[in-house]
Amino acid sequence: MEALLAIVIGVLGGSGIWLVLRPRTFQVVMGLTLLSYAVNLFIFCVGSLAIDKPPLVRAGVATTLENYTDPMPQALVLTAIVIGFATTALFLVVLLASRGLSGTDHVDGTREEEP
Amino acid sequence: MTSLLVLVLLPLMGCVVTMLLPTRARTALAWVAGLVSAAASAWVLSLFPHVRDGGVILQTIAWIPSLGLDLVFRMDGFAWMFAVLVTVIGALVCLYSRYYMSPTDPVARFYTCFLAFMGSMLGIVLSGNLIQLVAFWELTSVVSFLLIGYWNHRADAQRGARMALIVTGAGGLALFGGVLVIGHIVGTYELDAILESGDRVRTHPLYPVALTLVLLGAFTKSAQFPFHFWLPRAMAAPTPVSAYLHSATMVKAGVFLLARLWPVLSGTELWFWLVGGAGAATLLVGSFIAMFQHDLKRVLAYSTISHLGLITLLLGLNSPLAAVAGVFHILNHATFKASLFMAAGIVDHETGTRDIRRLQGLMRRMPHTGTLALVASAAMAGVPLLNGFLSKEMFFAETVFISAHPWIEKGLPVLATLAATFAVVYSLRFGYDIFFGRPIAPDLPRQPEEAPRWMRIPVELLVICCLVVGIIPAISVGPALAAAARPVVGGVLPEYSLAVWHGMSAPLVMSLMAIVGGIAGYLALRRAHRAGRLMNAPMTGRFNGRRLFDHALAGLTRLSRTTVELLSTHRLQPQMFTIIAVALLLALLAARGFPLDWGDRARLPAAQAFVILWVIGMVCAVSAAVMAKFHRLVAITLMGGAGLVTCLTFMWFSAPDLALTQIVVEMITTILFLLGLRWLPMRLEGVRKRFTLRDGARRGRDLVLAVAAGSGLAALAYAMLTRDAPHSISPFFLSRALPEGGGSNVVNIMLVDFRAFDTLGEVTVLSVVALTVYALLRRFRPPSESIEQPHQQRVLPQEIATDLVKPHRTGDAGLGYMMVPAVIAHLMLPVSVLVAVHFFLRGHNQPGGGFVAGLVIAIAFLMQYLTSGTRWVEERARFRPPLWIASGLLLAAGTGLGAVAMGYPFLTTHTAHFTVPLIGEVHLPSATFFDLGVFSVVVGAALLILTALAHQSIRAHRPTAPETPAPVPARSG
Repeated sequence: MEALLAIVIGVLGGSGIWLVLRPRTFQVVMGLTLLSYAVNLFIFCVGSLAIDKPPLVRAGVATTLENYTDPMPQALVLTAIVIGFATTALFLVVLLASRGLSGTDHVDGTREEEP
Repeated sequence: MTSLLVLVLLPLMGCVVTMLLPTRARTALAWVAGLVSAAASAWVLSLFPHVRDGGVILQTIAWIPSLGLDLVFRMDGFAWMFAVLVTVIGALVCLYSRYYMSPTDPVARFYTCFLAFMGSMLGIVLSGNLIQLVAFWELTSVVSFLLIGYWNHRADAQRGARMALIVTGAGGLALFGGVLVIGHIVGTYELDAILESGDRVRTHPLYPVALTLVLLGAFTKSAQFPFHFWLPRAMAAPTPVSAYLHSATMVKAGVFLLARLWPVLSGTELWFWLVGGAGAATLLVGSFIAMFQHDLKRVLAYSTISHLGLITLLLGLNSPLAAVAGVFHILNHATFKASLFMAAGIVDHETGTRDIRRLQGLMRRMPHTGTLALVASAAMAGVPLLNGFLSKEMFFAETVFISAHPWIEKGLPVLATLAATFAVVYSLRFGYDIFFGRPIAPDLPRQPEEAPRWMRIPVELLVICCLVVGIIPAISVGPALAAAARPVVGGVLPEYSLAVWHGMSAPLVMSLMAIVGGIAGYLALRRAHRAGRLMNAPMTGRFNGRRLFDHALAGLTRLSRTTVELLSTHRLQPQMFTIIAVALLLALLAARGFPLDWGDRARLPAAQAFVILWVIGMVCAVSAAVMAKFHRLVAITLMGGAGLVTCLTFMWFSAPDLALTQIVVEMITTILFLLGLRWLPMRLEGVRKRFTLRDGARRGRDLVLAVAAGSGLAALAYAMLTRDAPHSISPFFLSRALPEGGGSNVVNIMLVDFRAFDTLGEVTVLSVVALTVYALLRRFRPPSESIEQPHQQRVLPQEIATDLVKPHRTGDAGLGYMMVPAVIAHLMLPVSVLVAVHFFLRGHNQPGGGFVAGLVIAIAFLMQYLTSGTRWVEERARFRPPLWIASGLLLAAGTGLGAVAMGYPFLTTHTAHFTVPLIGEVHLPSATFFDLGVFSVVVGAALLILTALAHQSIRAHRPTAPETPAPVPARSG
């Protein structure tokens, strides 16, 4: 399981980085979304993987990390997901504004891909 | 009455008042500023008994306790003397400026800066902590920039102000460094402790560094050679500014610092050579150049430079008596130089010129001003019975009786006499040239008259001071000087006598030689000038600090531009590449020395379903990365697939809250992308660019980086996953959630209770983003090819008519063929609201909470927009997203402030327990209201972002919609 998740993080992150390096604004925004998946999963994994131990306190079960998974990364990732939505929205609108102003969807706002 | 903090704040508060007054209300502004300065000076004067016999007033206010930094205000005799100079001369200049400034000048700005300067100068003088002193020091540099550049339309004022700021500001940075070194040596920044540990500082190996840095600060501020060039340039300032800053206060800050730290830093060879050397050079160079100036203010500026050099030299001689003379000269110079600047200002004001060559015989028209200026310039020349004479005698005595290297013993008296001779020459040029001689030239810009009475009063007061001190020094200034000089020399005053007549001594002979030589020199120079010779100072071309400064500045600018050109680019791709590559490199560097090995935490067995899930997920991610270029809709869909699998992963590994949030965010992000897709250009299918080798190389490079970074991430993740997490603070949250947070959903309790401040910040970011999106889209102009109706709608024939599709008649394309989904969406709206309420209410104990509930509501509303069209929805319901955002933020912040009002830290949760009929016992934590605020912000922000985007299509279609459909080529039927 751990190996699979590590590979997943690598693949998501790598695809995101590839897209972030592309010349079209849409590609960059997509890349950032992929990167945020990878980063969220990564932060989430810091707390170690646990199955069937949601951090919902049940009566009679001692509140220790043996019985529940780590809530800390979850709280962080929850914040990150919402902020990620906000930044994606902002980037998308900047993308549209840049497209409207410059007439192109190249990241530098220039029509030609000059060296 | 001894709160020094209030004393420093008084002018600063006054400057707030003057800022609010009408900008040209000269009289009112002068009243305010004058009263503030007069009150401050009366206050300072009343403090004399406290410092008279070596007493110190101390006031300590905690500033940054964690760093051991306090705000310390400290007044001893020396600080008292400077405070008197700052406030009394400030009050006089306020009065003077009322008449000097023209009714058309923006006087409010002048008085505001003036009072701000007074406050910062008082701050320097009264600082009992060196860090604090540096802060006020830089503040004076900044305010003096504003004051020198007061007439900001003039190029010379701009240049002069900039030069003064750069030179003194850079010096201030050096001083900061020096102060840090001193603090390192002594172990504290408190002045009291530092003054006690002179020996420790002087014997420390870092002493030369500290000394050099402090001296750089002091020399730049006090315009010492070779940094003197900024002062003549600063004469572009209004004359009251020069009278205040460039005679009595700002330029004195440097010598103030030297005297302040005299017990700590002086007494070494290095001090003697650096301070004494700079002082001697400045004294001679300044007085020499002053003789050849033709502008009244420039004569005074160079004279100020030379007098500051004199003070520096005195402080550099390592003799207590010389230091006393230095302190005395600070006082004397301030009095006569301020009055001379004011007199020069009156002459300028009345005649319209400051050129000595054009001014003559003014005594006939302005006898009062003339007499005052003559007395003051006599004091500057060091004529007996005036204050300048006394301190200069003390200086001469020091040069005669110094015991040092024979060359210095012989050379210093000669240098002193020479400089005094030069002083007599320029004083004569200033006093005699313009007030006597031939009648007034008829071609002056203005025909002079005597200045207004109240403009002369400040000059009169200062000149009277010069006379009184010069005639009865021991009675008038004796006690104050003793109190001021005692702290400078370390507590024990040397023997000295303040008297006009000491018998026929060597200093007196030197004075007489200087006066006689000066008169002779003046006559010779006048003859030369009349013959048109020696119009500029000879032999000074090489010492042109200003040219060096300009060269240095130009060189630095060029260097930075080249560096930027070399290292930077405007293009995003190389920047991104560099950022990622550097991050990767740094990670590798940090991992150096740690062999890559996996931990031994028990692995979870791989579940087949999960593996299949992620194979699909990874295929989605990689294909999305490929398809983002070719087919955006497909890419968005694939991205959604990867998101869904992520969401399931959260579910799988015991994170129900994350799964819930991820899925609703996924939905809303997809809608967002779909709305935005409309405005992106179509891919040009036909004109396929030829694939070049360079493109290939670039893609290869990017691919290598992406694979490398991805592998790094994977390795890092695996290394981390196979080890036990440290769990440093997590047990705290787990164990406290129920007893203290009052809920069993730990993640939610953390968000709305333990880390509520973080969440408050987050919803604020969300609101800001929403408003930014809205603002950006208000100005959005869609590209021309996107304004036309979509291709699919255009190709439909005009006469097409079915029951559902009425593409040319309905504004919202959705209205027709989306009828069935619309009905379902309408029906589902109450259900969605119920779901949201459910999520919200159970959030404290079960997965859910404000975020999820807010997003569910937002999605429910957006479904109405999507299926029924914008117009239809907004005709029936008017959502006001900004209102949601504002009330949500208010509620969240208000909940936090409620805790403060009850005396608890911000955002402390309180749980109320009460019984409601039918429902039973209810726990109502105040965190619920906070969560409600979060909910409201999320609804508002999501709606605002998405409706703003959706409204674009209505706006864009407005010119062509719906009555006048886009022209479609009619088909011949």
